[in-house]
Amino acid sequence: MSQIQTSAAVPSRKEYKSVKPIIIIRNWLLRIVLIIQALAVVYPLLWNVLASFKTNAEVMESPWSLPKSLHWDNYVRAFTSAKIGDYMLNSVIVVVLSMAMLILMAVPTAYVLGRMRFRGQKLISNIYMAGLFIGAVYIIVPLFILMNDLHMLDNRFWLSAVYATGTLSFSVYLLTGFMKSIPPDFEEAAMIDGCGYFSTLFRIIMPMVRPGIITMVVFSFFDFWNEYVLAMTLVTSDAKKTIPIGLSNLMQVQQFATDWGSLFAGLVIVLIPTVIIYVLLQKKLTEGMMLGGVKG
Amino acid sequence: MTLKARRRFFMAACLIPGLIMFILFKLYPAMQVFYKSFFLWTGIGDKPKFIGLKNFVDMFHDDVFLLALRNTGFLIVIVPVFTLLIALVNASILTRTKLKEKGIYRTLFFFPSILSFVVIAILWSFIYHPTIGFLNSGMELLGLGDYAMAWLGDSRTVLWALAVTLIWQAAGYYMVIYMAGIDSISPDLYEAAGIDGATPFEQFIHITIPMLWEIIRITIIFSINGVLTISFVIVTIMTAGGPDRHSEVVMTYLYQQAFTNSNFGYAMAIGVFVFVFSVILSLISNKLTERGVS
Repeated sequence: MSQIQTSAAVPSRKEYKSVKPIIIIRNWLLRIVLIIQALAVVYPLLWNVLASFKTNAEVMESPWSLPKSLHWDNYVRAFTSAKIGDYMLNSVIVVVLSMAMLILMAVPTAYVLGRMRFRGQKLISNIYMAGLFIGAVYIIVPLFILMNDLHMLDNRFWLSAVYATGTLSFSVYLLTGFMKSIPPDFEEAAMIDGCGYFSTLFRIIMPMVRPGIITMVVFSFFDFWNEYVLAMTLVTSDAKKTIPIGLSNLMQVQQFATDWGSLFAGLVIVLIPTVIIYVLLQKKLTEGMMLGGVKG
Repeated sequence: MTLKARRRFFMAACLIPGLIMFILFKLYPAMQVFYKSFFLWTGIGDKPKFIGLKNFVDMFHDDVFLLALRNTGFLIVIVPVFTLLIALVNASILTRTKLKEKGIYRTLFFFPSILSFVVIAILWSFIYHPTIGFLNSGMELLGLGDYAMAWLGDSRTVLWALAVTLIWQAAGYYMVIYMAGIDSISPDLYEAAGIDGATPFEQFIHITIPMLWEIIRITIIFSINGVLTISFVIVTIMTAGGPDRHSEVVMTYLYQQAFTNSNFGYAMAIGVFVFVFSVILSLISNKLTERGVS
């Protein structure tokens, strides 16, 4: 029955001494489980960084050894012959464009849906909700054909438009919640002070829902930066490809060329912005998940 | 302009750009999928020909499709079960126990869920690599060298290997969702249970799980749908459906039918089937878990 004493309740002072060792043992067992998992997360990434400094011979020799010297030339080759820099630039262009479009569409839409009453409001909200369930792979064929007919293929602007539309449903859903939480007095006061609808939205409301907009931007950033299926299908020329496509091409090529070093260097180059943004925004990310409920 | 007209103009200006894009890039293609799944359509220049339900009938005589469906079925059972279980246990440990370094685990465990699927797929390809991969060489170091194998090249292990990758990717994401849920459970409940002599494990079973049940139900559905989408990228890069179609999933088969074989109509029928399948699956899971609330 002494097991029962390990409960979370605070034991009386007398019991405390006899309980403590059990808690310590239990915590160490839990800790071992957690450390094993932490290694399973960290080790592949660490191994990748180590491998990016190795020669091919070293990579082949033993996956567990340290590089004998730092082969920065892997990084040089990743930029020159594997053109990681060009792919990255394309990704930056696409992410910036899609983010701008998303903000311009989602914030006003969420404002009107969240704070104004009108006929058709429910219908429009439901249409956006339905969009949450339409994944990219389901619609890839008609989307490709549509964009082919409208000459929108192989175009970074239209790829960005598709990206922005892809996260629009979730963003509207997320922001509408924020919009509803603002008391109506603010708008009334703004209107009395002579603000029109547009300046109320941009000067009064937007700063107030900033946490919501930041959450949306952070989530969408990862979606846009990592997107694969649409970029693979809707962009055809090599010069316009984004980094996930560039990397997967690189993997195919390097398997035959066995230039592992530059592939791993490419992966590290892609990881760096993700890690930086994660370290800076980790709190915002997890907070956003709690605010926005769940997202698949 | 009158006030009413100004209000109308403002609302239109706010709503219309988003709606146009949404209809163009989401709603219209989604409707097209349903409509064109009844057509034989084999190329961009080609005119679609109405063939009724033939695409759907063909699906069930298509051995590759059936194999892909079976593989997908395997993944949408195995992956959510392990992902959510691991997430739940970790979330519980990291909220209910007093470990000083909790924050570090939270940060690390969540990290894979923001990584690009492409990066994850490439990394795991090398973990499983038969000669340079560190899974095999790690096993050799531990004296298990006899069990080393080509994990992605063997029909017996390939789906499990992919499942592990998918679990690795998603467990931290659901952990954060569960942690938020556990944080909102009243500490009084745990305290009362503790006084009544319930062990942490009993508290997990009798308090944490019932109190989180609504969140768990939602995450089951999200996880199933996540597997359907993510498996496309993971399979495309890691195995391309191999060896010999043993890791083909419905999404990769859809893509292949459309963009390799130019079977657009058939591909869209597969899309409709998978969509309806996932909705039915969500409803079933919703129904089955309904009575779980105590």
